[in-house]
Amino acid sequence: MKIVTFLKRGVLIVRIEGELDMHVADKFRETIDNALETSGVKYILLNLEAVKFIDSSGLGVILGRYKKINAAGGKVLVARIQPQVMQIFELSGLLKIITCYNSEAEALECL
Amino acid sequence: MAIKNQIKIHVQSLSENVAIARVTAAAFAAQLDFTLNEIEEIKVAVSEAVSNAVIHGYVEQPGEIELIMNLYTDKLEYIIADKGKGIVNVALAREPSYSSDPERMGLGFVFMESFMDELHVSSEVNKGTTVWMVKKIVPTAAH
Repeated sequence: MKIVTFLKRGVLIVRIEGELDMHVADKFRETIDNALETSGVKYILLNLEAVKFIDSSGLGVILGRYKKINAAGGKVLVARIQPQVMQIFELSGLLKIITCYNSEAEALECL
Repeated sequence: MAIKNQIKIHVQSLSENVAIARVTAAAFAAQLDFTLNEIEEIKVAVSEAVSNAVIHGYVEQPGEIELIMNLYTDKLEYIIADKGKGIVNVALAREPSYSSDPERMGLGFVFMESFMDELHVSSEVNKGTTVWMVKKIVPTAAH
């Protein structure tokens, strides 16, 4: 898994590449939490364009970030989910609480 | 019914082997006419079962996980077995949102159940857990 984080218009943008399973869950969580702490922002945008696989371990990290940031009055957005990952998101119920956008630009405009 | 093809692999209980197990499971299914979505469903189900063995069965201690894949005329069978600490209450563990950890979704068994056509879990405390899953092979209509 490769993960890149940067700030844009007060939003922490997280671009992830690879497979989000239990093997990378700790690194995925720590990278986002460290970036959140350093930047002090309350909005996260996860770009999942290059995520080819996700299971409940990966979804658990996203849900955990949602709970944390929602409690602080912030928001988690997701952009560019690929179809095979989308079906897992749908079944998990995460799409009921996290909105998915077609592009990073579209997501940023909705904030 | 006779087994038409079979693969058995043993992997050490390590998180990096979860990906190897699910990719092997997908490769085994790829000999049939499954859709990409169905292959993805098999990958997720096997990933969940093997992750459970690593996280809960062996509690991230050394151990061995067996993955058996059987092809029959009308179905694919995946058996994931560990000799770990077992599950005290299987019925409770299979309920949605059952998880000992707030960072986890408790969706492992829900995904296995939703994505496969049959799921059986047998477990004995301090003996281990066996997950048995079936994906039916639905004959595709001629185009």
